[in-house]
Amino acid sequence: MAHIVTDNCKLCRFTECVEICPVECFHADSEQLYIDPDVCVDCSACIPACPVNAIYEVIDMPDDKTPWIAINVERSRALPVISEKQDPLPTAEEHRAKLGF
Amino acid sequence: MSNQDNSHDPPYHVAIVGSGPSGFYAAEALLRSDLDVRVSMIERLPTPYGLVRSGVAPDHPKLKQSILVYDKIARHENFNFLGNVELGRDVSIADLQATHHAVVLACGAHADRRMDIPGEDLEGSHTATEFVGWYNGHPDYRDKKFDLSQEVAVVVGQGNVAADVVRILAKPVDELRHTDITEHALEALAQSKIREIHILGRRGPAQAKFTAKELRELGSITNTNASVNAQECVLNDQSKIELEAKTNTNAVKNLETFRGFAEQDTSVGRREIKFRFCLSPIALKGQERVQEILLARNRLEGPAFSQVAQSTDETETISCGLVFRSIGYRSVPLPGLPFDFSSGVLSNIEGRVVDGDQPLRGLYVTGWLKRGANGIIGTNRADSIETIKNLRADICDLTIETMPGIHGLLSILKESDVKKVTFSDWQKIDSAEIERGTAKGKPREKFTRIDEMLDQLDR
Repeated sequence: MAHIVTDNCKLCRFTECVEICPVECFHADSEQLYIDPDVCVDCSACIPACPVNAIYEVIDMPDDKTPWIAINVERSRALPVISEKQDPLPTAEEHRAKLGF
Repeated sequence: MSNQDNSHDPPYHVAIVGSGPSGFYAAEALLRSDLDVRVSMIERLPTPYGLVRSGVAPDHPKLKQSILVYDKIARHENFNFLGNVELGRDVSIADLQATHHAVVLACGAHADRRMDIPGEDLEGSHTATEFVGWYNGHPDYRDKKFDLSQEVAVVVGQGNVAADVVRILAKPVDELRHTDITEHALEALAQSKIREIHILGRRGPAQAKFTAKELRELGSITNTNASVNAQECVLNDQSKIELEAKTNTNAVKNLETFRGFAEQDTSVGRREIKFRFCLSPIALKGQERVQEILLARNRLEGPAFSQVAQSTDETETISCGLVFRSIGYRSVPLPGLPFDFSSGVLSNIEGRVVDGDQPLRGLYVTGWLKRGANGIIGTNRADSIETIKNLRADICDLTIETMPGIHGLLSILKESDVKKVTFSDWQKIDSAEIERGTAKGKPREKFTRIDEMLDQLDR
């Protein structure tokens, strides 16, 4: 049951999750992060680390988020690993507030 | 000294004590830094990987895949592993400091917390640590005995270690046969008469520490019913506030799971897991061995997110023959180093070992010994990144002379008769374990005695 990054990461990209991942399964583009489901060991460490609840285990995903399963597979394979925390996007705090966190 | 052009300088040597996750993530952070660095990792056992080998439950093989990451780090050309070398027995911190520019202590927390109640040391009363170490083949716990002819067990504590203990006790043994659980544990569990397991929390269901996934798993064990005491699942106002917080999703999921347990049909099933809340043990009683546990009913007091369990006069007794306490680990002080007894960690500021507020030159700490026994595997990665960032910032000031690193350490060890285990030695032990396992349809059959492990190296 893999873990998936969803749209709450967009405009935020806090990257709190990447250093707590034991196996470096996060990949990134300039917009957001994605999890490589083949590398993820399903430890769930990243779920509480995300300030905007962007990460779900598949079993807990709301139905409208299911397209993100395929997006994570595809994007993680195309993008480099991110293993160290970076500055959030400039829009992060504003977006966090908008999301209600 | 400038670090701008370190290609012409001799390399920095860093010793890491302990080969669990925090030690390996410290090595990773060092080897990925801009430093020309050589890492010497020492480990008291002949086998690396700490609690990923001897803590993570045998039926959670996916979590153990983090070993692939450590294996890759260990193969780095500037990394050296020396197993079967114990700090305090074979080498001292002074030895490490005389041969390395910096020392990172990553030796964890191997002592357990006590309940400090009468009867705690009666036969039949154990720590979760002992049980977990026993079924996972840790040499320290190889010869522990657990009387599984008892019918009722009580597990004190509601974290993921408690969940592991309950699951291994409850699961049909046939579902463990193809895991890397040790043979001696399989044999004992096959004879188990346990039919009822109580799992006690001193606070309520909204404060239980299980991660949602581990809790759910306890509800889906073959031929086992999970139940809660419905009255104990009634939430007070502060707990309701806690559950409304948007980031407290784990507790919300846990509560859904508990409520599902409450509705389960408990009329069938071979084994029962009973979740109990707001109860604290006040005594273990019995003639020669544990026969019952006396509990005090607690009331939650204080504001949301810092509610504490306050005992009331109301008590309850559960008849039981086994008690496992799973209420946390603590580190033990290292001789000569400042220890923070209130937190049970080596005194440190963000990984720099300190005496008062004065950093001790060249000494660092990471993992459970640094922050206390909490978090999961990945928590140690973030923790070690922090420690190594500070080491990196300090190291140019630390360096005044060339150090011999691993070679210096090996000369010190030459004077003792300790049998050192290199990483390629470990690979021999590893292959032999995998081979032993294959015959039984298991991923590996671990060696559980140090002598057996070392014997593999003479073959």
